[in-house]
Amino acid sequence: MDIFIKSGRLINPKSNCDKIVNIGIKDGKISYIGNDDIAASEIVDANGLIVTPGLIDIHTHLREPGREDKETIKTGTMAAAKGGFTTILCMPNTFPVIDHGTLVEFIILKARREGLVNVFPIGAATRRLEGNELAEIGEMIELGALAISDDGAPVMNSGLMRRLMNYTKMFKVPVISHCEDVMLSLDGVVNEGIVSTVLGLQGIPAASEEVMVAREIILCEDTDCPIHIAHVSTKGSVELIKRAKEKGLKLTCEVTPHHFTLTEEAVLNFDTNTKMKPPLRTKEDVIAIKNAIKEGIIDVIATDHAPHSQAEKECEYGIASFGIIGLETALPLVLTELVEKEGISLMQVISMLTNKPAEIVNIDKGNIEVGKDADITIIDLNKEFLVDINKFVSKSKNSPFNGWKLKGDVFATIVNGKIVFKEGDMIKR
Amino acid sequence: MKEKINRLRNKDLISIQDLTVKEIELILDTAKAFKEISDRAIKKVPVLRGKTIVNLYYEPSTRTRISFELAAKRLSADLVNVTAKTSSAVKGESLKDTIKTLEAMQASMVIIRHSEPGVPTLISQWVDFSIINAGDGSHAHPTQALIDMFTVREKRPVFKDLKIVIVGDILHSRVARSNIQGFTKLGAKVVLCGPPTLIPKYVEQLGVLVTYDLEEAIESADVVMLLRVQFERQKANYFPSIREYSKYFGLDIDRLNNHRDILIMHPGPVNRDVEVKSEVAESSSSLINEQVTNGIAIRMAVLYLLAQRSKKV
Repeated sequence: MDIFIKSGRLINPKSNCDKIVNIGIKDGKISYIGNDDIAASEIVDANGLIVTPGLIDIHTHLREPGREDKETIKTGTMAAAKGGFTTILCMPNTFPVIDHGTLVEFIILKARREGLVNVFPIGAATRRLEGNELAEIGEMIELGALAISDDGAPVMNSGLMRRLMNYTKMFKVPVISHCEDVMLSLDGVVNEGIVSTVLGLQGIPAASEEVMVAREIILCEDTDCPIHIAHVSTKGSVELIKRAKEKGLKLTCEVTPHHFTLTEEAVLNFDTNTKMKPPLRTKEDVIAIKNAIKEGIIDVIATDHAPHSQAEKECEYGIASFGIIGLETALPLVLTELVEKEGISLMQVISMLTNKPAEIVNIDKGNIEVGKDADITIIDLNKEFLVDINKFVSKSKNSPFNGWKLKGDVFATIVNGKIVFKEGDMIKR
Repeated sequence: MKEKINRLRNKDLISIQDLTVKEIELILDTAKAFKEISDRAIKKVPVLRGKTIVNLYYEPSTRTRISFELAAKRLSADLVNVTAKTSSAVKGESLKDTIKTLEAMQASMVIIRHSEPGVPTLISQWVDFSIINAGDGSHAHPTQALIDMFTVREKRPVFKDLKIVIVGDILHSRVARSNIQGFTKLGAKVVLCGPPTLIPKYVEQLGVLVTYDLEEAIESADVVMLLRVQFERQKANYFPSIREYSKYFGLDIDRLNNHRDILIMHPGPVNRDVEVKSEVAESSSSLINEQVTNGIAIRMAVLYLLAQRSKKV
């Protein structure tokens, strides 16, 4: 046996399992689950720790190729490993755009060579993300793309979106939609609300998101293509999604940690690390999102990890880039804000980070069972720490959580049977 | 007896929101003393001799720039005007580099105007010297609001229950935002009037009333403040035409007839016959030119008070 994880509390939502067991790993696969002691080259003492399937983030931006100054496949996967993520999906808005098979293959090969965790690309829906012509969706999926999306450059043409969904459904992968009517958000940089009113910053109304959520729901019903709504941020979106799910549509959705922890009030000092799309919303929206998590309306938690350089953030609010990084803070924020403060069960939040995202993108991961890939995250629920951006392994530091006191962190991350991160240290391959 | 203070707490003047009522009163009282200097034959006192003030403009301005310049010169400071271009985040000189350059040149104070909200807040965190906001996007224009409060106070010394009406493009107006904060702090009632497209949806949470009916707004008003209507707003379809805007929200003599004692204000520059008819702008109840005169006194007071409290000057 290669690795033996001893006496950890296994939380495996897929089988609704929550018990103290030993887990053995051999040749990159889980080879044993039980109470026996088995000899192994490496023993990990998980006594008092939580053992879960490796976390899966279906929404990251790795910036390679094109903006390697902000993040690379190597550094982005280091951040993932440190944050407990064993599998990440990266968005296609690179330079060049991931809009054809060659680029999909590039990402996968580069990640295999330099990455610390599993990386799967999301292919662009339209060429160059321009919203005019369909990209070669089939080939991208054949070569390893797990979903299709124009993400931050939403397909505004409803006719094209309908055709895209109609075409994509034969490949059985979801279309991911960043719901934003760009004619409603225009040059907006923050939520349209009392904070935008006081600060004189241009607002992005909740309607900008909700109009598009409504459109995607209608097109989902019309085309029968699975659609995944990225980063839900408003109460109105939650209500629309709830109704669509009651109808039984093939619709799933995600929220980011920042949208259930921060409100528009964080913008009051013009900190550009509070600038992202969708924008931070009101207290009422945050409460609605937390309630939706409790009710099971939200399927997954995803980071929308979006690295930006210091120069792109240390500038005028209106000019600063949209987005924040999230891989290294996501799990601690979930454990602190949802489990500790809101009393949401570990089983549920782990599910939103493991088997649920795996199901949405159809991968045989997020499940600890004999024979499955040995992707495992070990969590120390009692570790309290202060977030320090200078300790991030991501190339970028654009996080609004610097200095936050959080409880619960990653103890170790195992990817395909290899320990890549343990007790604060990245493990060299 | 009302307790008075003689110093400002903060090194910067960025927004009226940051000032206490007592600080506002201190500035207005100080300006009153300085106003008298401007009436002298020799309009100069040596209180800021040896100080270097940078008047930094990222957005064109004539009135505010000249007003600050005259204020600084009447206090014997050395002032340099700098006009700069907004750079993109990565191309050209960044805001931070520009500000750090001024710091290296040992400026004592920087007066800044910028088209982006929040710029004065941002740069005040990078340097020890005082930052004075001369207007940042639609966010704040604190000295203009101080001027307006000063001008009203000269005519109506008691603010409690005074009805101040602000008419026009509230959405894009830093002057409106600063005046809402200032006048409500001092106890006046503020009523906003304009087309709904130009009134922020959530503005009532600031403790103001909103009406879309100009007649209703000016009923029992003490002051009507008109804001400049930008022609670009028509292009963006905030209203169909200047003509139609003027029909509903332009102030003419007929509308004023029954309310002869209303004071008329405008932060300038005026679009005659759009938001206000010439005969109103030039009538005896118009305070538009007094606002300009008072501008220098207010800015002298602000420069003086910030120099007093600042460590480095």
